[in-house]
Amino acid sequence: MKILVAVKRVIDYNVQIRVKEDGSGVVTDNVKMSTNPPDDNAIEEAVKIKEAGKAKEIVAITIGEEKAQETVRKALAVGADRGIHVKVDNVIEPLAVSKILKKIVEKENPDLVFMGKQAIDDDCNQTGQMLAALLNWPQATFASKIEVKDNALEVTREIDEGLETIEVNVPAIVTCDLRLNEPRYASLPNIMKAKKKPIEQINASDLGVDIIPRIEQIKVEEPPKRKAGIKVASVEELVQKLKNEAKVI
Amino acid sequence: MSILLIAEHNNKEVRPFTYNAITAASQINEDLHVLVLGHQADDVAKSLSEVPNVKKVFHVDNEIYENYIAENYTSAIIKHAENYSHIVSSANTFGKNLMPRIAALLDTSQVSDIIKVISEDTFLRPIYAGNAFATVKSNDKKKCVTIRPTSFDPADKSGGSAEITKSDPAEASSSTKFLKKEEVKSDRPELGTARIVISGGRGMQNGENFKLISDIADKLNAAIGASRAAVDAGYITNDHQVGQTGKVVVPDLYIAVGISGAIQHLAGMKESKVIVAINKDGEAPIFSVADYGLEADLFEALPQFLSELNKLNTIQK
Repeated sequence: MKILVAVKRVIDYNVQIRVKEDGSGVVTDNVKMSTNPPDDNAIEEAVKIKEAGKAKEIVAITIGEEKAQETVRKALAVGADRGIHVKVDNVIEPLAVSKILKKIVEKENPDLVFMGKQAIDDDCNQTGQMLAALLNWPQATFASKIEVKDNALEVTREIDEGLETIEVNVPAIVTCDLRLNEPRYASLPNIMKAKKKPIEQINASDLGVDIIPRIEQIKVEEPPKRKAGIKVASVEELVQKLKNEAKVI
Repeated sequence: MSILLIAEHNNKEVRPFTYNAITAASQINEDLHVLVLGHQADDVAKSLSEVPNVKKVFHVDNEIYENYIAENYTSAIIKHAENYSHIVSSANTFGKNLMPRIAALLDTSQVSDIIKVISEDTFLRPIYAGNAFATVKSNDKKKCVTIRPTSFDPADKSGGSAEITKSDPAEASSSTKFLKKEEVKSDRPELGTARIVISGGRGMQNGENFKLISDIADKLNAAIGASRAAVDAGYITNDHQVGQTGKVVVPDLYIAVGISGAIQHLAGMKESKVIVAINKDGEAPIFSVADYGLEADLFEALPQFLSELNKLNTIQK
């Protein structure tokens, strides 16, 4: 089996976001960037499947500006075999991302496509499902467990009510939840080795897909701030405040 | 043009967030139609026809809709989509799984997780775990929108009498098979709609200690939540997780116990009306959003909290 894993470069999950004063977006200059956390789970799962002898090749793909390559390089350092970087200069929407991925899938013919269930920047939670639709492949979203069977996957999904298990035939798209596995750290020798692994560069404009945004971002603003609260000295005081001041119990 | 809402239900009852989504949908366009895809879900169609905001109900009854297979749902929705300006659903795991599949086939850029309707094409939505709010305008002809249910009040459930139209199923997918659902049954209120939520974090130290939380939940008729750390550590099941990648809750009272308050957790609860934090680390970020902070060892504070509650003559439920 061949697995394509899509990874996205986002503002690091530990960074406190700052909104630009002109309302045009959030500050990204000189801000720590890293791989979207559930995309790390997607890579890890692909590597585990390969280590179990059930996959032959892992291709990591990212779409973005020049520096987005760092995420592919990181994927190569934890076990992906080669990389693809589709260059775009501006932020594109999940629909455009899924159209680009469809082109790459048609070229690479993977049996599985893995990615994180949601990117922590735009919080859209769309790309995997859209790609599945465009390819007319089955989808298994929010995966917290994957079992590889003959030409099928048994996937446990995290849903609001608890857990759901479905079986999808291969080829399939899986979007990964954070509890799917524990992503490994790359060792120094593997980071060095990854530098020699190939990354193919493709210009999005050469793929012939429409990536023009359909959604106008009119403004970005800070959410309303909560007014500062107080510290209470004891449990008795807390209960009295909740009863008599906040009147919620 | 009208708006089509995809109902979430369990074939017997309408799932509660559908009513919140109905409120948002009728703010976008008053000519709201609801599509019920299910198996022997006549009661669901009937309940929805009684919602005053709902103008028409379409009901497709077939065993292929017994479970939420997004592939099967999508083909049926696409069949119905033609006469609508908007297709909407709630932004929970149901709608998140389903809507992008529909949007892609309609060649529409989806607007996810809206918290406010500004006009029929312009919406407010949180980005970066709610650390920024974006006002976005969709220029697609047909719009696919998911609605953050906790940002809208549930619609009135009775007094309406919409017409129910039966329609035929679409083709089923042969490549996806439902195997099982492990639903956590509880007599407590649902986390997403509870008036009071009490959540535990890594500070609880193990699953057994969550009894300290459930005792108070029983007393307050509260739902039980958890931080990602507590779920990852196996103290409690995933359906309790509150946060950016879990559930978003907006209760009247949110009590965070032994939760440090990572950005990702705050994303799921900081819109709560009153927030209480109990944590022994006085510097924990959770205190920055708390109306009432108690710097204390939770293993001493929780039993005391319960005994103080027991002393009260009345407790709102």
